[in-house]
Amino acid sequence: MSVVSKRLLGSLALAMVMALPALSQEAKVGNLTGHAESGKKLYRRYCKGCHGPLGDGNGENAAWIDPKPRDFVAATFKCRSTPTGTLPTDQDLYDSVSRGFTNSNMPHWDSLPPQNRIDLVAYLKAFSPRWQSEKPGDPIKVPAESAVTAQSVAHGGELFQKMECWKCHGQQGRGDGPSAATLTDSKDQPIRPYNFADAGNDARFKCGSSNEDLYRIFMTGLDGTPMPSFADVIQPNDAWDLVHYLRTLQIHRHSKENEVSKGSGTKAPAPGSEKPTGGN
Amino acid sequence: MPLHPGGSKRTKAGRLLPKSVFLITLFLSLFVSFTSQPGYAIPAFARKYGLPCSACHIGWPLLNNFGIAFKDNGYQLMNDKDSPIYQNPAYFPITFRVTPQWHLENNNKVAVDQTGTEQSVTTHGFDLSGLDIWTAGTLYKNISFQVLPSMGEGDTFHFESAWVRFDNLLNSPWLNVKVGKFELDNLLSEKRFLTLSGVGGAWFNYHFLPQGDFNGFGGIGDNQLGVELSGHNRNSYSRYSIALLSSVDGNPGLTTAGAGNTSRTYDAYVNVNQGFAVKGLGVQRIGAYAYVGQSPTYFLTSGDVPIQAKGNRSFSRVGAYGWWFIKDLDVETFYMHGQDNVYLGNSIAANDPAGLPAGAAGPSWNGGFVEAHYTVNPQFIFTGRYELVHMSRQANPDLAATPNLGNVDSFTIGYRWYPIMLSRAGLAFHNEYSQSKMGNLAPLSGTDVLNRSLMIGFDFDY
Repeated sequence: MSVVSKRLLGSLALAMVMALPALSQEAKVGNLTGHAESGKKLYRRYCKGCHGPLGDGNGENAAWIDPKPRDFVAATFKCRSTPTGTLPTDQDLYDSVSRGFTNSNMPHWDSLPPQNRIDLVAYLKAFSPRWQSEKPGDPIKVPAESAVTAQSVAHGGELFQKMECWKCHGQQGRGDGPSAATLTDSKDQPIRPYNFADAGNDARFKCGSSNEDLYRIFMTGLDGTPMPSFADVIQPNDAWDLVHYLRTLQIHRHSKENEVSKGSGTKAPAPGSEKPTGGN
Repeated sequence: MPLHPGGSKRTKAGRLLPKSVFLITLFLSLFVSFTSQPGYAIPAFARKYGLPCSACHIGWPLLNNFGIAFKDNGYQLMNDKDSPIYQNPAYFPITFRVTPQWHLENNNKVAVDQTGTEQSVTTHGFDLSGLDIWTAGTLYKNISFQVLPSMGEGDTFHFESAWVRFDNLLNSPWLNVKVGKFELDNLLSEKRFLTLSGVGGAWFNYHFLPQGDFNGFGGIGDNQLGVELSGHNRNSYSRYSIALLSSVDGNPGLTTAGAGNTSRTYDAYVNVNQGFAVKGLGVQRIGAYAYVGQSPTYFLTSGDVPIQAKGNRSFSRVGAYGWWFIKDLDVETFYMHGQDNVYLGNSIAANDPAGLPAGAAGPSWNGGFVEAHYTVNPQFIFTGRYELVHMSRQANPDLAATPNLGNVDSFTIGYRWYPIMLSRAGLAFHNEYSQSKMGNLAPLSGTDVLNRSLMIGFDFDY
């Protein structure tokens, strides 16, 4: 065999080894420790069909799924408690596996025992070298929620206009803003903004369903999507006002925010307008 | 009119001769038909959601924890994309399943006319199982359905199941209502187990009737017609079901004990189970069930045509079960206590108490099984089972000479290899050996009978 051939073979072998997940990877949540070695078999059973054998999101079904399965090699994750651009914590990944993703083909895997789920977290971390070279970000601090008042809702409406959330989400939060049709994610796939008005009483977001989850979504951003982090432009206490306003856009949901909003006569801006038309 | 006006002929020894031949033939033919038990594994779900079969099945059709939760949710992932409006219009939720096979059946004591003696009889050859054409899924968010026309070998189609279910009523997983013909909510599901052979293709406990008993109820393994209220927590570790069923053993047309348009009574079934995760081992589940019902012992007639079931007498099937996981080994344990009313047990009409033999009693029995599966990987699984049903009280004191009459001792071993594991179709290379010893059922000698099955087949669905 020639020297060139040997080098090529060696490079190929090295590339293949690097493509294989590092099975020594671990994950920790509470008193649970997950091991990539144990997660490998589980991944084959539950995850490979969508996320692919190499964890790059190119499973056999990926072509027919919208939104596309997560690419674990790129290690860009939507749902984090950590600042934008940083890796999520093991808890974040564990919660994502357990909760699933609404309006997607990603199930909630909470029927699997906790040990299975943490083993899966360890295995999917093993697909990307980022986990070897970086530590997860520090979770953002979420202050105690302020009271739901008419003033809080009104101020949140002002922030909704000022931050230009309406450009994507639309004035009534229906995901029909002027920019909505042009949005793509980091893989150049079309992506729609969240439609607040479509949410029923369970009112799930991609990354949870509580007010605290909503707070975290716009204060950490959804990495890999056009949804940015607003941590640099919204004060933490003001952020709760925005949460309260956004909840009023979920018009089919029975919530304190909707009660307060109706009681005070606070209304969302009329469709097509660029400024709030009343109730402020 | 008595259900069975002729009664039974008895030898001096008290053994049932002509009737025993009929009963053995009936029993074996019922068991042969059980080899075509519909099995519930739907690649259509895999196509809809992009999940491989292994996501829901330990080895299809046997469900795993995620599959149990998916089924409990009304075949929904609960991600707001379950309604058919979100599917490509070309998607149709239909699956068929059939098992071409070679199999061998042996009975070691068959009364042969030509010799007038009992002989071992073996038959074997290439064959087909029955065919299931199955459609199931959602009509709308939180409205699920299933329709399963099924055909046994050489049989006509019948509806094995057909139901609609209203899921998550009041936005709660604890409230689901199903109406139609459906499998009872048996956590250990005979429709989703891994054995298919002539002897091993059904759980004896799920269908057992004592010899001479004319109860029309075919066992908790038979799909039933009725309404079911069921519920579960989010991960389906806690589950319950309560069903109100017509006393027709799932036969449409108000058909009781083979007599059409005569039904007028109802049975009830209750099942509760609880799962708990054990660190390092997996989810363990325990449960209990009870089926109580009534079956007619005679009919009113008009022009000799039965018009109404009468003389209903009660029966029950109660027990407990467990499903234990030790990493890749899972073990199902099951216990049943069954009892039938004395009139049912002795095939005597309730309006003919003088027809009961002296000392007659309601038959009762105890049974159970232990079934283990070892999953080498999602594409290779071993199965082994030991099962027994033993009479604790025979209906007829004349049977004292044959106290083991009808008892069953059986074991089954086998494996399934799934050469493909896609989200589009399933194929399993199925190999199985099973045998059963039936107490005192030899037609001439009244000794035990041994039945054996060997099966090699390709079980596929699309």
